[in-house]
Parts: sequence; C-alpha cells; structure tokens
Amino acid sequence: MRPSEGPLLVAAGLSRSFGPLQALRGVDLSLAEGETLVVYGPNGAGKSTLLRLLAGIMRPTAGEIRVGGRLVRPGDPASRRGIGLVSHHSFLYDDLSLLDNLLFAARLYGVRDAASVASRALEEAGLGARVHESPRSLSRGLQQRVSIARALLHDPLLLLLDEPFTGLDGASAGRLRASLARRAGEGRAAVLVTHQLAEAWELATRVAVLSAGRWVLEEPRAGAYAAFAARAEALLHA
Amino acid sequence: MRDAIVAAFAIAGKDLRAELRSRTALVSALVFAALILVVFSFSRDPARLAPADLAPSALWITFAFAAMTALNRAFSVEREHAALDALLLAPIPRESIYLGKLLGNLAFVFAIEAVTLPLFAVFFNARIGASLGGLALTSVLATTGFVAVGTVFSAMTVRTRFAELMLPVLLLPFMIPPLIGAVQVTVRLFADRPLSEVVGWLRLLAVYDVVFVTLSLVVFPSVVDE
Repeated sequence: MRPSEGPLLVAAGLSRSFGPLQALRGVDLSLAEGETLVVYGPNGAGKSTLLRLLAGIMRPTAGEIRVGGRLVRPGDPASRRGIGLVSHHSFLYDDLSLLDNLLFAARLYGVRDAASVASRALEEAGLGARVHESPRSLSRGLQQRVSIARALLHDPLLLLLDEPFTGLDGASAGRLRASLARRAGEGRAAVLVTHQLAEAWELATRVAVLSAGRWVLEEPRAGAYAAFAARAEALLHA
Repeated sequence: MRDAIVAAFAIAGKDLRAELRSRTALVSALVFAALILVVFSFSRDPARLAPADLAPSALWITFAFAAMTALNRAFSVEREHAALDALLLAPIPRESIYLGKLLGNLAFVFAIEAVTLPLFAVFFNARIGASLGGLALTSVLATTGFVAVGTVFSAMTVRTRFAELMLPVLLLPFMIPPLIGAVQVTVRLFADRPLSEVVGWLRLLAVYDVVFVTLSLVVFPSVVDE
C-alpha cells in the first residue's frame, strides 16, 4: 500500500553532474497513478541518467525524488520496493538459466511463491519451453522480453523503461503496449524514455522533451503525433 | 534484518549456482593452485631444504593466489549486462550485497582449499591428519580476513579499465597480516608444537577478521553507490 495519497512520483530540482559534464539540469516532474510519461530526447540528452536517478541507482547531485511519498535514497531499501526498471541492459546472468535469473530477482524482491511467479512470467513472455536455457542462447528481442518479465515480477507501482521496444518484433511490442495499458488501468505509473517517439506515442498520457539535460517541454498528450513531433524537433534544433 | 540476511544468502546462492553451471573460475583456480604446488615441489633441493621447511609458505601462497581468482570474478559477473545495477535497484541494503558476495567468495575459496590440501599433502609428503583441525581453523580465520578485504576491492576495481591488475595491487598489502599469521600457525602445527604457541596468532587472525569485516560493511555502500 502507498503511505501517502498525492502524486505517485515527484522529482524536484533533479540535477546530476559527471565531473564538468552536467547530464541533467534541474528537472521537475510529477506523475499521478495511472499516468504514463513518455520522455523524448536524442542520444546524450540525459534520458538514461534520468531513469537511473529515478530508480535510486544513482545519487542526484541536487534535488530529490519521492515515490509514493517516500524519499528515494540508496540507504533506504524500502524506498525502491515499488520501482521496476527495464534498462537497455538485460540485467541477466549468462551463467544462470532463464528460470534461475527470474527466481533470483523474485527472491530479492521478497515475492511470495517465487517459483510459480517466475515460471508464469516466462510463460507469459512466450518462453515457457526455454526456461532452462541460458540468456546467451536468446536473440536480443527474446532477452528483452525476459528483461521486461523480470522488471514486472514484483508488480511495481512505478515502472521505468529505457528504450523498451529495442529488438522487439511487432507482436512482442504489441504485448508490451497491452501490458503497460493494463497496468495503467490498475493505477500503475510509468516513465518511458525513447528517441523513437512514434512507437510510444499511443501509450503516453503526457509527453516531455529532454534536450542536453534540460526539460524543455512537458504537456498532456493531445492532438496528432506529427504536430507534436514537429514542435519537439524544432525545440531540439533551436 | 531477516530480509537482509535472506537477500545475502540469495546472492551467495546465485553466485555459486552460476559457478557450478560454468565452472570456469573453479577449474582455472584449481589448475593454478596445482601448478603452484608443482613448481614449489620441484624447485626445492631435497638435500638442502626439507619439505616441512617450505610447506607452510607453499600452502599459503597457493591459497592466496587461488583466492585472487575468486575475487577477480566476484564482481566481474555483475558487470556483464549491468547486473550490478539490478542489485542496487533491489530493495535490499547495500550491506546484503557485500555479505552475499563475501559468503559466495568464501564458499568458493574454501572449496578450492579443500581440494588443494590433499594435493599439497602428496607433493610435500606432509602428514596433515593430526593437524587437520588446526589447519581448518587457521584456514577459516585467515581466508575470511583476506577475502573480506578482497570483496570490497573487487567491487571498487570492477568499474576500472584494469580491474584484474588493480585488484592484486590493492589487495596484496592487506593480505600480508593474515598470511603471516597463517604461516606462523601452520609452521607450528606441522612441527607438532603445543596449542599454547598458536593461540596468540589465532587471536590475531580473529581480530583482523572482526575489524576488516566490520570496516568493509561500513565502506561498501559508498564503494558501489554512484
């Protein structure tokens, strides 16, 4: 259960530097239950850094993040319990089977009946017949399906997705969209970052543009994709 | 607290399961250990140096370098596919990651030591039966000390370009106290000296363990957090 009502995710004044490089500059964002924020930006805009900060993997240089009203800090494990992350890395161990990979993740999250949850997740990912294989035997797209299943094992309140459609075929991308839409209907929130806005457009309740670490535009999704894309491109090249 | 310990055992179990499946580090550590024993055994002039004079040093050098193999792989497996990020994202204390890695590394090194010891007995014609209990205790105390420090350094160096070079450079100075203690105890055990002669060294090894496991638990979170 959430400890507080109000926005599910609040980030205030979020900044992150790597030496002289400022990867993120004072980002403010707020996300309510059931919302999906799609963040669009070119390579190097700071999208992955934003997700790593929101996930609590990386400390911000300035600013703070609250999920479900609770401050996300590396020293507070419980603050990360409601967060799931689909990274552009698979997070899978090549020397473990797919089932062992998911079982391990389920145990870290204290998922009840971890074995059956992990098996079911692999079935739903269409990999029920390959549970004892190593991730290295899978194509990039199939690995991505396992990564998504892994991130959803503990049914997170907030799902963070970094270019989640990479490698997925049409059917798998459709399944992911359906899953995200279903989760949104259940009050789960998501932040999806991409440089391919078109493929995530229909999922968004709000869209934002990140350029050189700055939050240059954020608004509810309305109107046609083409019109927004044209405005976003104009901002990026301004 | 219970969740933290469960998580630590899950991480140790994962590491051991992965190693049993691949056996890459285990096999290379065992081959390496056997090679060291062979070299020490055949480089000795039997007329000038009795096996018992060289045996304790040879044993502990073998154990120390085999441990280095384990420590080198401890966090390199987390670097592939950025799995360390997944550990940092999980709702577990950073200390659980350290404890899990420490337990996994210890199990791995103890397994290598258990297999290496009979080989050592053959190569050095050592009668280890009578001193087996003392050797086991010394092994637990000394190995825990340098593996505790090595686990932190393994996490510290894994993001560097020359991790496999940096780890021994950082770790070797910290291995010296437990290795000296272990060799001193082993010399006396092989010479059938009374227990009172080794108690002091064993205490020193135990103190080293308590100090460095505690320090490692304290510093580990700042080592892995970006």
